[in-house]
Amino acid sequence: MFEMTSLLTVKLFAFAPFNWFLEDAYGAFMEALAKALGLPVLEYAFMQRAYLAAICIGVIGPLVGTFLVHREMSMIADTLAHTAFAGVAVGLFVNNALSLSLSPIHSALVVAIGTALLVELLVQYGDVTTDTSLAMILTGGFALGSVLITATDGGIAVGIDAYLFGSLTTVSRASVGLLVLMTGLVSVAVVITYRPLLYVTFDATAARAAGISVVWYNRLMVVLTALVVVSAMQVMGVILVAAMLVIPVATADSARSFKRSILAGILVAEVTVITGVTLSYQYGIAAGGTIVLTGIGLYVLSLGGRRLGLRTRAWRRIGRPGERVFTRIIDNTASEPKADGGTEDEER
Amino acid sequence: MTGATVETAPKAVVTADDVSFAFGDRPVVDDVSLTIEPGTFLGLVGPNGSGKTTLVELMLGLRRPDSGQVRLFGTPAHEFDDGERVAYVAQHATKAAGRMPVTVREAVTMGRYPHRLIGRFSDSDRQAIDEALERVGLTELTERRVGRLSGGQRQRVFIARALAAQADLLVLDEPTVGVDAESRDAFYDLLRDLNATGITIVLIEHDIGVVTTHATEIACINRKLHFHGDPETFAETNALADAYGDGRAVLEHDH
Repeated sequence: MFEMTSLLTVKLFAFAPFNWFLEDAYGAFMEALAKALGLPVLEYAFMQRAYLAAICIGVIGPLVGTFLVHREMSMIADTLAHTAFAGVAVGLFVNNALSLSLSPIHSALVVAIGTALLVELLVQYGDVTTDTSLAMILTGGFALGSVLITATDGGIAVGIDAYLFGSLTTVSRASVGLLVLMTGLVSVAVVITYRPLLYVTFDATAARAAGISVVWYNRLMVVLTALVVVSAMQVMGVILVAAMLVIPVATADSARSFKRSILAGILVAEVTVITGVTLSYQYGIAAGGTIVLTGIGLYVLSLGGRRLGLRTRAWRRIGRPGERVFTRIIDNTASEPKADGGTEDEER
Repeated sequence: MTGATVETAPKAVVTADDVSFAFGDRPVVDDVSLTIEPGTFLGLVGPNGSGKTTLVELMLGLRRPDSGQVRLFGTPAHEFDDGERVAYVAQHATKAAGRMPVTVREAVTMGRYPHRLIGRFSDSDRQAIDEALERVGLTELTERRVGRLSGGQRQRVFIARALAAQADLLVLDEPTVGVDAESRDAFYDLLRDLNATGITIVLIEHDIGVVTTHATEIACINRKLHFHGDPETFAETNALADAYGDGRAVLEHDH
């Protein structure tokens, strides 16, 4: 809770400069861009906000997603998104019952962070049932959300589609503000903790033996995931938001180094969101869905490109036998019976 | 390394006193006492499921014993936080690491992380990394993805990571599974050279021939410690037959 209040303070504090940024800096830039490119769509304030939101999502999605995907924890993003929906519903429900006007995004943040820590506990102590538990939390969160929404009389079901499927037109000034703030916060957190996060992702046991607190960095990772998912869900929709943490990362997977794979992931995500938002506006179709389909399209293209690349490399290798020095063939001594008669490597 | 190293230098690297550990009601390590002095090359042998990996995890403080005590460089192992002194290559670590987009240099650089979790690397950090890469002969391959290397090369990446950490204790759990014979020999020669420079090594290995050739001490366990001493004596006693029993171990091992 302390985190939340300090967050809100920061937000209030940053409000005036943010307005200046949104109108005089970013807005002016977009207007100039609109004139230069002859694209009047960039002059509308709501589209300017939508593009800004999309750009932010394109940064933080892969930034956190790269770690998540390589720890094989992508399912967590989806779980948190669905429980964030319960958070939205809780906010609306409480508002309705107590005549308050809390932002449902804030209650979603609280619920998602809480669930994130719970999920981390499950992963930490979990065995084979982790997968089942995640599925249960995911559907449970969503079920709770749907029940709360129908239990509340009045018009709260009205805006719910926007949360489910995402929407460009409902991206308010406040939600872009939150997204910009989160982008800053998440980026700073990842930059500061990049090394331990990478070590834990690459070789958790060795990291632990080297005195790095794997548990705390896991917690950090799931909380960051919760922040990303909640701040991106207004554009993407709760059902689709996890895609932005996964698909661009998968597309960028052929990058050589980890740093490059993050940067490539962000680049791919930016192309994805900007194309997606543009198409969505152009044809009046759902933003989240368009973005996800664009992302999958890019992934398929990259697969094709990779295959083509492999083929050319193979050709080159035949042309230059010197290359083969590096491709040592593993001989079959590895599968000889061991002294203890064990079969350890076949078991896994 | 700081003054603390000098203070603790004469102490044993690992001391285990009457250590027992069970998974639920299945005892895995039973009343093991063992001391590893600095500079030792200890080969840890035993049948599958004999508790070798668990014993090593207890030594490194990754698990806490049910009873007994383990000290690592004189500190209770689970409280030990001088992570830069210890390097661990877990079983199958190299296989898992193969899927990630990480270059050889990135992986070796991780060895410096315990020294510098944040902030710019100093010249001495970079020097340690370069020397480690050179020591294991990977200087030409620094920009390759770890997953694109052969098993033997990949293994050397992990050793280089330990060298870059300038760790005093190097623990390896079946490091050469899936590595071709030629690379394996080169790998064990490398370990012996490293040991000669003063690094303490604990090696879990299923190939008893390899261990008795390279290690300076052998510990043979099957839940209990059946033997601890030099390789020559190990060859003369029937500790091996004791530990491996009548083939029962193979049947029991079904995890």
